[in-house]
Amino acid sequence: MTALPLDEAGKYVAAAYLVFLLLLLVYVAIMAGKLQRLERELTELSEASVSTPASETREPEAAVQ
Amino acid sequence: MTFGKRLRGLSIASALTLTGALALVFFYAPNDADQGFIQKIFYIHVPMAIVALGGFIFGAIMAIQHLRTGERRYDLRSYVAIHLSLILAVGVLITGSIWARASWGHWWVWDEPTLVSFLIVFLLYATYQPLRFSIEDPERQARYASVFAIVAGAFVPLNFLAVRLAQGLVHPRVLGTTAGGMPGTMRLTFYVSLIGMALLFVTLWKYEMASKNATWQLRALRRRLLGDDAVPSVGGRSAAPRAL
Repeated sequence: MTALPLDEAGKYVAAAYLVFLLLLLVYVAIMAGKLQRLERELTELSEASVSTPASETREPEAAVQ
Repeated sequence: MTFGKRLRGLSIASALTLTGALALVFFYAPNDADQGFIQKIFYIHVPMAIVALGGFIFGAIMAIQHLRTGERRYDLRSYVAIHLSLILAVGVLITGSIWARASWGHWWVWDEPTLVSFLIVFLLYATYQPLRFSIEDPERQARYASVFAIVAGAFVPLNFLAVRLAQGLVHPRVLGTTAGGMPGTMRLTFYVSLIGMALLFVTLWKYEMASKNATWQLRALRRRLLGDDAVPSVGGRSAAPRAL
């Protein structure tokens, strides 16, 4: 196998490492979206718990199986 | 149960190891005598492949645990591991193609067993999410997905074997089985890259587990405070496991 010159090989190596970085960034962006939704839901819940008197809220029950 | 424990330490360890690996790749490891600079791709391609295949195996082990115990947390662990491994597998295929284009002049070579067997494993796991999504009942979904994860997991060692047994020897062997494998500097760089990738996988796995757990805790809290009607999305169809 004949080794590619550095200027030629460099483009391919950079592309490969950028692919990894891109995948990581896309994953982080998706997870950031989920975190944002979680925060919004938590804010809604916090507001609802403030506006609902304690006596009107339900008795705690088994949350998840 | 909390999954966020030790997440900060793991994140820092992953970042440090991966940064160290990059420094070793570009400033310490010598250029390959045969392939030249293009061989640097292997420090990311091979660890990604090994960790992705390891993740599929871990998913299968968790699926076995799920079928044995019936506990849904094992299904979630299996689901997240397979999900992350699939993302890494996309990276493996793309970086492998980039290397192939630079070395062989082709993006893909169909008569190379290593490439084709990895593609088969990837396509097999690509059906995992649609399979889950097609089943509405959460119990049945978890059970069928576990059976799938175990059966598909059996194909993974075949991919490892294909690398070793392939007679075409077009695809390079990074870890030589005989003398004449990688020199010490390259081997150290490769192992640091592999550890970095494994740490990244564990970090992201715990991160996603913590995120899913938080979502469920929040829904449970909403149900407790506002009643069952306040959680409309829980009953809808989803590929992800729905409750621990």
